[in-house]
Amino acid sequence: MRNPERELFLFRRRLAFVAVLALLAFAGLFARFCYLQVFQHGHYATLAESNRIAIVPIVPNRGVITDRNGIVLAQSYSAYTLELTPAKIANLDATIEALAEIVDVQPRDRKRFRKLMDESKNFETLPLRTRLSDEEVARFAVNRYRFPGVEIKARLFRQYPYGEVAAHVVGYIGRINDHDVERIAKWDDAANYKGSDYMGKVGVELSYERELHGTTGWEQVEVDAGGRAVRTLSRTPPSSGNNLRLSIDIKLQGIAEAAFGDRRGALVAIDPASGDILAFVSRPAFDPNLFVDGIDSANWAALNESPDKPMLNRPLRGAYPPGSTIKPFLALAALTSGKRTPQQSISDPGFYQLPGSSYRFRDDKPGGHGSVDMYKSIVVSCDTYYYTLAGETDIDDTARFLAQLGFGHETGVDIEGELTGTLPSREWKRTRFAGKNYRDEHRKWYLGDSISAGIGQGYNAFTPMQQAQAIATIANNGVAFVPHLVKSVINLKTGEERAIAAQPSHTISAKPESIAVIRNALVGVNKEGTGATAFAGSKYVSAGKTGTAQVYSLKGEKYSASKVDERLRDHAWFVAYAPADHPRIALSVLVENGGFGAQAAAPVARKVFDYFLLGAAEAGPAPIPAAKEPEDESD
Amino acid sequence: MVEFLTRAWEALTRRIDNFLFGCALALVGVGLVTLFSASDQSVARVTTQLFSFGFALVLMWVVANIPPQTLARAAVPLYVLGVLLLVGVALFGVVVNGSRRWLNIGVARIQPSELMKIALPLMLAWYFQKFEGRINWKDFAVAAVLIVVPVYLIKRQPDLGTALLIAASGCYVLYLAGLSWKVMVGLVVAAGAAGPYVWAHLHDYQRERILTFIDPTRDPLGAGYHSTQASIAIGSGGVIGKGWLNGTQTHLDFLPERHTDFIFAVFGEEFGLIGNGLLLVLYLLLIGRAMMITANASTLFARLMAGAVTLMFFTYAFVNMGMVSGLLPVVGVPLPLISYGGTALVSLFIGLGILMSVQAHRKLITT
Repeated sequence: MRNPERELFLFRRRLAFVAVLALLAFAGLFARFCYLQVFQHGHYATLAESNRIAIVPIVPNRGVITDRNGIVLAQSYSAYTLELTPAKIANLDATIEALAEIVDVQPRDRKRFRKLMDESKNFETLPLRTRLSDEEVARFAVNRYRFPGVEIKARLFRQYPYGEVAAHVVGYIGRINDHDVERIAKWDDAANYKGSDYMGKVGVELSYERELHGTTGWEQVEVDAGGRAVRTLSRTPPSSGNNLRLSIDIKLQGIAEAAFGDRRGALVAIDPASGDILAFVSRPAFDPNLFVDGIDSANWAALNESPDKPMLNRPLRGAYPPGSTIKPFLALAALTSGKRTPQQSISDPGFYQLPGSSYRFRDDKPGGHGSVDMYKSIVVSCDTYYYTLAGETDIDDTARFLAQLGFGHETGVDIEGELTGTLPSREWKRTRFAGKNYRDEHRKWYLGDSISAGIGQGYNAFTPMQQAQAIATIANNGVAFVPHLVKSVINLKTGEERAIAAQPSHTISAKPESIAVIRNALVGVNKEGTGATAFAGSKYVSAGKTGTAQVYSLKGEKYSASKVDERLRDHAWFVAYAPADHPRIALSVLVENGGFGAQAAAPVARKVFDYFLLGAAEAGPAPIPAAKEPEDESD
Repeated sequence: MVEFLTRAWEALTRRIDNFLFGCALALVGVGLVTLFSASDQSVARVTTQLFSFGFALVLMWVVANIPPQTLARAAVPLYVLGVLLLVGVALFGVVVNGSRRWLNIGVARIQPSELMKIALPLMLAWYFQKFEGRINWKDFAVAAVLIVVPVYLIKRQPDLGTALLIAASGCYVLYLAGLSWKVMVGLVVAAGAAGPYVWAHLHDYQRERILTFIDPTRDPLGAGYHSTQASIAIGSGGVIGKGWLNGTQTHLDFLPERHTDFIFAVFGEEFGLIGNGLLLVLYLLLIGRAMMITANASTLFARLMAGAVTLMFFTYAFVNMGMVSGLLPVVGVPLPLISYGGTALVSLFIGLGILMSVQAHRKLITT
């Protein structure tokens, strides 16, 4: 049957056939090259050399960011910049020297230009000086012939009139780098960024970048051999980016930031009935205006090396043990699961012992609080009540309930970088200690773990954002929203205003009457409990809970704030809302190393409530005047 | 000592086909010279490419020293691994530029479709060799399934260009294995008839590329930009070219992707029609030598494998130059041995290694 000779012959014939096809294909290619490079050479040479047609992108106006009342927090204005294309300049140093005689060039400008050159490609056009005065523009125009490769361009700049105030919310824009290019590629939006040199880096400037940026227009122009536009052939105008209306009230924000003085910390205030974030404080902060032209190295080093970490977005990226602020949430969990009734009391001897163990989990108050029911447990912040509760409750049930309030996962707030914090459970501990360096006994959940977690210490760690979300949900009777810093996105052309996250996201599983018990106890805290001093004499009824998060564990000793180093002092927490019956504002305050929540954090909340509810007479922050009048925003 | 060195050199180069290797070296050399210009004289890029080249050489040497029959034993495991990795990409792949093509394996990101370029023809050649002498239509049906599975997985990444090229490599094996002309003509007609259906299932950007191919002025900022600018670059190069490092299209930033898929435009602009002609000759010499090796191969497996590798070289070179010069629509295919990119260089040199292995081992087995 088989005939290898014949098979080989057939195979070679087939091979010869494709060889002929390949030759023909290459001949076709060569013919195409001849067509392009010989017959059409004149045409293409003209296009390439003398009258090159260039597509020039026209960068759209970036959207304006305002606070909830329309006060401008970020705007663009047009200014002249002096730009150099290093590849077209024979002697760069000599050119810069000669330019320095015509316009003012500071050593800082030279340094920044060198840095830009290192970071960019050879043929890019880079700014040497920004914001030229009219006189400088005129002087350069006269001397322009002396400087090939140097030109004056009108560019849009960003200005943040309130500087440091709300800097962590608004964020800033900066020059597009390799990382940003990847991000843009992921959006599949590279064509729209062809002319853009800047984009949002943090805050809503980043998270709403695609709303703010707008659509790039383009101009088809004829350019001469030097790359200068000769005439415009066609033009598609750009369309401006959308404006953002934040949910922040900038006056309230200013009051809240000032209330921190020079202490480090965070505050998030939410309108419980809408999820609008009214104030979002991270102290200390930075001036976003420093970043707009490219920050110089001295300022950058100062911001990054400061032990106070001004660049850290504390409400989102600071995870702190919640301390006693977790107690009302755990009480609500116990009511919901049926582990406790409001009236059920314990007798508090001042400590708690696990059955069969001699170790004493001690209460704050030596000798104990006596007979304690749920109301009292919250008002006096009784540890023993919660040690006992934790000893009888399964940690996984607790974790499932707390997750509904926003703990242990991102709240979904609309800026990037949110931490999930730690909501301990058996599953969490297994995963956390899954590594090779740990053994099974590290991964096991112990009753002792539950006891520590029961008063908000131990493995628990939550962000101020999560705490604010939880108390806001309680204040809104269990109906939760996705918290948002941007209230609405406004399309300038159509005037259409699109609201962000305006509908509730879910309702927690607690019964309304259970929530009422907790709310009543929270009012008690500010009336007769740990928050009473801070709210003495207030003209409204408020509800709150203090908390103290241990930084440094003193085994068995009595904690004394004056004895420990300032950085090892406890963090002070306060969660609150007001007015108690129809809450208009709910907030969390964290003062880093502030000591007791009642002393350090509650007074901050008082100042914010006083201003928000009574309009107390303190003056709000004042805007920094812009260097130039803002551009006409209408497109 | 001298004798030892001579013998060591002899042992090292025993399996290397000098003619084939010479052509490949010349092409890589042209690539590095062009890359230096295309990357705005970046020594770093050239160095990176040189490192990939060194690694590729080692792999070529290793493959050249493996007898074809041993290679055949790797066919099934490699093919299965390739398909599993493609399934892995579909499930856990990393998305870059809107396509899910990469798999993160901890130390590096790999693109399993590259592996399939070798694994599919290897698998098919192994399969036909196994049933040599009694191949009937059922075997072609099995082979078709072997082709369709990876091609479908790659097509839905989506990476239509690579899927088509890998389908082509499979079809080459079918053709060389003796698939009847009637069936092939029938398939071509069926493909033509399926055109409208395929069009309906293409992604928007894929349709856009085809429409832009027909009329490049449709979208001068986006998809048509590549095509228009590449034509201007090549056309303005003329007969003798603008000279190395002097291409204005290249250096004034008009050419996109100029060190990867569109590097031929840089070459054409700077070296002109003469350079292009010489480049075509280099490719023809390489492909011609590879065809001679294929024609003289001693087993069916060796013949099919060498034939598939040869035709892939031709296809890549033709499709890339055709696309850059505006004869074909824009598909993401690098110019073999010249475009910047380590993975492609490595697979191509493995292909050369297979050809050398086939050539070096042809007398050891008689049919």
